[in-house]
Amino acid sequence: MQATALIEINKLNLFYGAFQALKHVSLEIPQRAITAFIGPSGCGKSTLLRTLNRMNDMIPGARVEGSIEIGGTDIYAGDVHVETLRKKVGMVFQQPNPFPKSIYDNVAYGPRLHGITKKRELDEIVENSLRSAALWNEVKDHLKRSALSLSGGQQQRLCIARALAVGPDVLLMDEATSALDPISTIKIEELAQELKDRYTIVMVTHNMHQAARVSHQTVFFLNGEVVEYSATEKLFSDPSDQRTEDYISGRFG
Amino acid sequence: MLEMNAQSRVIAPAELGNSLRQAGGDRLDRRSRLKFFNSTFKVICVSAAVFVCLVLFGILFLMFRTGIMTFETVSFKEFFFSANWDPENGHFGALLFIFGTFALTGLTLVLAVPIAVLIAVFLAEITPVWLRGALRPVMDLLVGIPSVVYGYLGLTILIPMLRELTGRDLADGLLAAAIVLAIMVLPTIARISDDAISAVPKKYRDASYALGSTRFQTIFGVVLPAARSGIVYAIILGMARAIGETMAVVMVIGNTPQLADSLFTPTAVLTSNIVMQITSVEFDSTWNYALYLMGFLLLAISLLLIVAVRLLQKKGAKAS
Ligand SMILES: Nc1ncnc2c1ncn2[C@@H]1O[C@H](COP(=O)(O)OP(=O)(O)OP(=O)(O)O)[C@@H](O)[C@H]1O
Ligand SMILES: [Mg+2]
Repeated sequence: MQATALIEINKLNLFYGAFQALKHVSLEIPQRAITAFIGPSGCGKSTLLRTLNRMNDMIPGARVEGSIEIGGTDIYAGDVHVETLRKKVGMVFQQPNPFPKSIYDNVAYGPRLHGITKKRELDEIVENSLRSAALWNEVKDHLKRSALSLSGGQQQRLCIARALAVGPDVLLMDEATSALDPISTIKIEELAQELKDRYTIVMVTHNMHQAARVSHQTVFFLNGEVVEYSATEKLFSDPSDQRTEDYISGRFG
Repeated sequence: MLEMNAQSRVIAPAELGNSLRQAGGDRLDRRSRLKFFNSTFKVICVSAAVFVCLVLFGILFLMFRTGIMTFETVSFKEFFFSANWDPENGHFGALLFIFGTFALTGLTLVLAVPIAVLIAVFLAEITPVWLRGALRPVMDLLVGIPSVVYGYLGLTILIPMLRELTGRDLADGLLAAAIVLAIMVLPTIARISDDAISAVPKKYRDASYALGSTRFQTIFGVVLPAARSGIVYAIILGMARAIGETMAVVMVIGNTPQLADSLFTPTAVLTSNIVMQITSVEFDSTWNYALYLMGFLLLAISLLLIVAVRLLQKKGAKAS
């Protein structure tokens, strides 16, 4: 399965003030595949995910050392345009967070930001994004309705559609199914499966079965360090580190 | 040790059940006590609400009852559509005051709202934490400054400045009054909007930034729309204060009963005219009744504007 690496993380350290949340993280994330981050709570999964689209920039006191290269460009270099980076590296959050606007305006928000104003063009993007997020059939008749009137699972798929609408290449999902019921969860997992042909997906999950079911590569974190990462089947069937084995067999965490 | 503890915690089902019952032969059992408290509380709340409504309607009614007697001698048409206010000679055209009040309030809001909202955005979104901690209490202090002080500053600083700028002998008028009122309501609108903006959940901002928006785009595309109802509320409060303001207006508007045909024409509004004339009229005169009617109008206009703004906001909320 060894696809080309799209993202290369090299000896990454991240500090929140004096606290070091990531320690010497080195990692390759393959293109057009699903990479899962697993590990106990507080081990730095979300932190690493947020470094990939530089959402950590806004946390006061957060400081990064080392490098992250996407397609050969160091995203922490001075000449990187952060807004373009975030457009290319989309993010779906743990809690569904649609804007208090209509369904249509939620999806159209991103494209409008980036300068698309023609109604016809927007309509097309909205429809395509909602289709890609497997939500179109449920909402196509009331696009003007408030996004907050949707169910939690629908809201999360709307957030995925919203992220897809700006045309990203990478999709970061931080425990995107943890607030959802099993059926919505399965829907989003299936969605991820479909999307992986077009997007590079990185997902954080607490659900080991989910990681095993959907991902190609799994990374196991402990206390801010990468303990082990490899193809998902190998990591779950034949982990090379004792701590990984303890974790996946439920002996701690 | 642990084992013993665990043992002693086991309880027989009947014992558990009994322990849930009311101890002693209390005559007022829990349910009736609860009922008593609930109904008492309800009575207190309802009577408070009724009392407030009664007071409001009482005031409206009293003003109306005296005011309506104006129309025994003055025609409806004259009062509302004539701008000739000359009570000594029997002319009671109040249009100029009504127009003045609307114009002054409108002008005040046009000046105050954009600046106040910008200040609020600045306070809530852009100011560093330490400066915010210093600025907010200062704004709160400004809210509490008595209006006569604003009027005095208008009289001694603003009017001379306006005279200089425009080269007129007189600068009293709508513009001077609107500037004074705008400065006066600015802190109110800014601080309440600031609170509304600060209350917008962080998750909306995160979502917006994650889509590649700039701070500016996030503020105007997501944060302000989400804080809209709070900002409208702030504007209503500011507006109510501007409509009813008397002292500061009296000091800078010129107090001349003529229709304002420019921003610098000395004129008068409902409030300023009432306060200037009420002490010098006979109790039983049409003049007195007309002033009461103007008071009633003032109340009615502010209630109307509040309702109008609320409706507008509802419509806006549906549209987006
Ligand atoms: N904004 C912050 N400021 C300071 N410390 C933080 C901040 N965010 C996270 N941390 C710390 O960094 C460490 C890693 O946090 P992170 O949120 O990345 O963990 P996580 O693996 O995502 O955990 P979970 O599975 O519970 O979401 C934790 O010890 C946390 O306390
Ligand atoms: Mg997390």
